[in-house]
Amino acid sequence: MSDRKVIIIGSGPAGLTAALYTARANLKPLLIEGLEAGGQLMLTTMVENWPGFRDGIMGPDLMTEMKAQAERFGTDIIRGDVMSVDLRNRPFTIRLGDGKTMTADSLIIATGASARWLEIGSDRKLSGHGVSTCATCDGYFFRGKPIAVAGGGDSAMEEAIYLTRFATKVTVIHRRDSLRASKIMQDKAFANPKIEFIWDSEIADISDVARGEVTGIVVRNLKTGTLTQVPLDGVFIAIGHTPNTELFRGQIELDETGYIVTRDGSRTSVPGVFAAGDVQDHIYRQAVTAAGSGCMAAIDAERYLEGLSVAVEATDAAAYSTGPQA
Amino acid sequence: MASDKIKIFTDSTFDAEIKNGVTLVDFWAEWCGPCLRLAPTVDALASEYDGRVTVAKMNVDENPNVPGRFMIRGIPTLLIFKNGQLADQIVGLAAKEEIARKLDQQLVRADNAD
Repeated sequence: MSDRKVIIIGSGPAGLTAALYTARANLKPLLIEGLEAGGQLMLTTMVENWPGFRDGIMGPDLMTEMKAQAERFGTDIIRGDVMSVDLRNRPFTIRLGDGKTMTADSLIIATGASARWLEIGSDRKLSGHGVSTCATCDGYFFRGKPIAVAGGGDSAMEEAIYLTRFATKVTVIHRRDSLRASKIMQDKAFANPKIEFIWDSEIADISDVARGEVTGIVVRNLKTGTLTQVPLDGVFIAIGHTPNTELFRGQIELDETGYIVTRDGSRTSVPGVFAAGDVQDHIYRQAVTAAGSGCMAAIDAERYLEGLSVAVEATDAAAYSTGPQA
Repeated sequence: MASDKIKIFTDSTFDAEIKNGVTLVDFWAEWCGPCLRLAPTVDALASEYDGRVTVAKMNVDENPNVPGRFMIRGIPTLLIFKNGQLADQIVGLAAKEEIARKLDQQLVRADNAD
């Protein structure tokens, strides 16, 4: 006997939508929040592209509402982080950080993606001391100071614009000669007098690790190879995300960049295991698409579980009809 | 909702408070989403380590000096002090088990020193 019909790992829009749907289908889901509870929206400010809120809604407020809605229909939500999973045996086993284990007939993976670092060594060493992946958390510490933002997508522009509230100057360093960001975000960034751009370039190094604070960066021009020293006090990294799939490596099919491969809706390579949200999506990566795929995973899991119970009933019926005669 | 086991440090009380034993200080602010996520973990640690570790919170909005002294440029940051000296630190979100392990390390060393 398993502990649960369905366990959901992750508490962003994908996980909480999967919880809402499976709860309303009376599957009594258990949702494990994970370390970064609430997901990436917890690190944002105003979300203007979540349908239904004409004036936008604050990311953390949206997640609070989603969680409350999932709980209202009977989702059990537990804090904590998953340490390991066993998808080779049934029911599936999930082990938490505190050593507790639990089993489930089906699993919905919605572990999302986490901010990517530059991986130049000095960026991680100076994390919390001038290097950050969260403008809303750490922008405050750079009041009246010049800073840099690495990246050219929507997130990078959002961070750059947000950081102009505090910083004297925000220098965006981007590997290409044009932005990947949407037109509306580009227009906002270009119109902001505090934002400057260094094109075709990357951050080669951040100093000063020995002093334990950021004093400047070395910028490498990718076309000419020229290195330039830029003095500044902070670096915000917004160069994309990596999927949180280490837990599942070797047990489930991942693509070459580490994303879970889904086929035919939300189905993974292991029957009974479904995936939703950014952990399986490197194309759209929107809150609303994550929520949509969470709904798909819930419906797919529900059908899978129905199939299981039909199979069990058939086996029971067969055992009963043949039993007395044997 | 904060545990009554948690102390509130300020810029003016900080030095006296960390002088003796092992102290865990959580640097946080209202507007920091990850800080709010970490709060229940710090709460739980305050209860579990009651009498062995002083667990405290410092609001960086209200107390700029101490965070400045330790060059904190990101929150949540947890600093662990032993007898007034900075012994360890954790930047960003961390699992309760990881923080507990670091506290245990300091407690073991404190015992051995006695």
